Amino acid sequence: MASVQLQGIRKSYGDNTVLRDLSLTVNDGECFTLLGPSGCGKTVLLRLVAGFERPDAGSIRIGERVVSDAAASVSAAPNERDLGVVFQDYAVWPHMTVFDNIAYPLKLAKVTQTALRARVMDAVGQVNLRGLEDRMPSQLSGGQQQRVALARALVAKPSLLLLDEPLCNLDAGLREEMRFEIKEIQKNLGITIFYVTHDQEIALAISDRMAIMDEKGVIRQIGAPDEIFEQPADDFVFRFMGVANFLPVHRQPGGGWVTGGGQRFPWEPDGDACAWLAGFRPSDVRLGRDGEGLRCRVKRASFLGAMMDYLIEVDGAQFRTQIETHAALAQGLMFGESEACMVTLHSVHWFKAGEIPEGRR
Amino acid sequence: MRAPTPSRGIGAAEVILGLSVGILVVVVAVPVLIIFFNAFWVNGQFNLADTLKILREPDTYTALLNSLFIASGVTVMSTIIGTFFAWLVTRTDLPFKPAMRVLFLVPFMLPSFIGALAWKMLLSPRAGYINRFLMDVVGLDGPVFDIYTFPGIMAVETMYLFPFVFIQVCGALERMDPTLEESARISGASLFTITRKITIPLVRPSILSGALLIMLYSMAHFGTVAVLGIEVGIFNIPTLIYEKIHQSAGSFNSIRTGTVLATVLVITAALIMFIQSKVLSRGRYQIIAGKSFRPVETKLRALRMPMLVFCIAYIGFTIVLPTVTIFMVGGLKTYGLPFTAENLTLANYRYILFDWKLTRDAIWNSVTLGLAAALITMFAGVMISYVIVKMKVRGKGILEFLGMLPFSVPGSVIALGVILAWSGKFGINIYNTVWIILVAYIARYMAFSLKANSAALEQVHDSLVEAARASGAGMGQALRDIVLPLVRPGMFAAFFLIFLPALRELTVSVLLYGPTTRTIGVAIYTLNEDGETVYSAALAGIALMIIVTAQTLIGRFTRARTAS
Repeated sequence: MASVQLQGIRKSYGDNTVLRDLSLTVNDGECFTLLGPSGCGKTVLLRLVAGFERPDAGSIRIGERVVSDAAASVSAAPNERDLGVVFQDYAVWPHMTVFDNIAYPLKLAKVTQTALRARVMDAVGQVNLRGLEDRMPSQLSGGQQQRVALARALVAKPSLLLLDEPLCNLDAGLREEMRFEIKEIQKNLGITIFYVTHDQEIALAISDRMAIMDEKGVIRQIGAPDEIFEQPADDFVFRFMGVANFLPVHRQPGGGWVTGGGQRFPWEPDGDACAWLAGFRPSDVRLGRDGEGLRCRVKRASFLGAMMDYLIEVDGAQFRTQIETHAALAQGLMFGESEACMVTLHSVHWFKAGEIPEGRR
Repeated sequence: MRAPTPSRGIGAAEVILGLSVGILVVVVAVPVLIIFFNAFWVNGQFNLADTLKILREPDTYTALLNSLFIASGVTVMSTIIGTFFAWLVTRTDLPFKPAMRVLFLVPFMLPSFIGALAWKMLLSPRAGYINRFLMDVVGLDGPVFDIYTFPGIMAVETMYLFPFVFIQVCGALERMDPTLEESARISGASLFTITRKITIPLVRPSILSGALLIMLYSMAHFGTVAVLGIEVGIFNIPTLIYEKIHQSAGSFNSIRTGTVLATVLVITAALIMFIQSKVLSRGRYQIIAGKSFRPVETKLRALRMPMLVFCIAYIGFTIVLPTVTIFMVGGLKTYGLPFTAENLTLANYRYILFDWKLTRDAIWNSVTLGLAAALITMFAGVMISYVIVKMKVRGKGILEFLGMLPFSVPGSVIALGVILAWSGKFGINIYNTVWIILVAYIARYMAFSLKANSAALEQVHDSLVEAARASGAGMGQALRDIVLPLVRPGMFAAFFLIFLPALRELTVSVLLYGPTTRTIGVAIYTLNEDGETVYSAALAGIALMIIVTAQTLIGRFTRARTAS
């Protein structure tokens, strides 16, 4: 088991600087997820930890050991870092059986034949592949290949497991199943996991802690999943964690007003700035036919079966919300297009308006 | 993804890179550069006027025009025949299509100079068996056919080159999405309109690319023109280069003429390759999907049987007849005798296989040269491909260029370059030894190896190697355990892609052979030149048997491998 410490990491390819002055600590024994949009440099970071790439500046420690230090020209080879890596494309060796694939790290470690067999079978059992040891990878499904890759990464009991989008090539059902299995294995083995993904659902489900990285390779927030979901540090994080609605709000003495119309906004931002954006999730919206709230209009109503999905317009701005169909029926909230409605909000995150580029709202 | 960086940079990577560059520079770049140098520099000075003067000499520009003329004729004829047969075996209800398809590829196995030899025996105006039959038995006054003419040369080359177009067009027609044609049919187009407006435009890139390949091949083709043209003074560029080098025994003027001709050939070839790559890149429509569909078949109706007969007759006429002729003439006691039982004997075959040193040497030389060239090129090819495909190094574009250069450098040019480079100029003189042929073969076939090995290496994702590294393997170990087993099929492919053509090679070795270093091709050719037609035919027969046996064994072997 080992912690990972990244200190002042910089990495560029030609003129393109992917990571600059990045520092990050993964604690011993935790499942840490690095979440970010594709192309943001999160895979590069994982490859730096693995030793497939060398940082241009900064240092990396795994446990007590410095494995990379650009200033001191230290760079341990990947095979000297005591790692397990699971790749996005599985990287199961097509010319070896399942057994040989999983046994390979042990063979290199010169484990005796009997111990090797026992440990491989153990790993095979752990990922539920029993009975498939003699198959070739081409005879396996994507999910099974992914398990082989996982077993191979775990069999030598590395102190650190690196996972690079290991589930994104699987279909939804399998993805969920594997997600639980990874979490289960991590709990059983107490291994440190560094997990890289762009899928916020997986990240929320399996992480002890997570970091959100933006397109420029800058880490915006680090924290426990519920913390990040409930208290996003900024609009980027807020947007990245699910469907995000934004309403422009104008602050004047005596309260906030919806920009573009004359309605009083029932929450007030605390801060001096004038122009604000109120951010909220579709689930934060409460619809009504009358009573308190903002006067709005249903612009588009889509029936999705269990849910009704509404696009709602208020004073030129639009946002989305959903309501369970049976609740809508029971409460008389089946709106047609162009019908008027009243809206109140459960909770609001305030962001300064200038921070969010147009078209992103 | 990116290639793995070796842990402590210097060492292995640099050695591999240096070795790769070294091999390609010595084997490929030096001979080609030395040709350009000799073509344009006189007494150490750039001299274009002199070069132009050579080009204006009658025999030089005649040869240039001949090369162009023959190549154009062959290209047109091959394209028509190849496209027609391709359509017949993919898009009609012709009987026995799969068998027919295989049969149309047989000419690939037949070296065209052996075909030319057979046709000379059949259709030479005085001694040709068919002409004699028509005069003696049918009673015509004079010979009907004369093979020693431009149409004769073009016809013979076409017979053995059309599979280039055939194979390309077959592939395109089979991969084409039939819904494209079906939707045209639903729109009310007739079959003729569909063919003209939909099918042909869609396969045109494949047709063009096959045609350009034939053009390239025919421009640089030695064998057929040498066998059928030299006797009556028809020269193309490669045969004129051969004539100049051989006649002159290395005089400066003739070598210079040779290098100028070679330069013209290289430039033409490069132009053709350039056009071909343009055609291919523009022609990559998405409609030619990777999957195999079941195309609509045109019903031949009343033409079905006549078409089958026509195909069989074509194969009989272009493959069976020449092959039988070679074996029969090879068994004659004296050339010119009629094929009767008392005139036929196996003594010739016994003599050239067991008793005659010249032919025994030739067989031995070809087999060992083929093996050596294939092995060396295979291993060098893996290494160089690895640098090109997997390593992050500056200047690997040069490697790629050098490696693929021989694709557009004809055999006779490589041979000439090798003569200039390795007969003492740089302190090494291997002229008249087998080594000079080996060096030329390596240069000639390196591109084949790079192609096969690069394709195999591209299939090996970097993550496979990285997974091994993360499992605890060093770079060398990962190469041995993961990369090598996965590229082995590519290496085998490279080996056979080189061994088979080397076995029957003539163009290169005919410029490089010495008294004891004849190859099979050279021996057949020179025996024929010396009037030893019977022995020449017998050796050609044996060559055919070796080629067919090797091809069959390899086919078996590779099929068994893919099956397992």
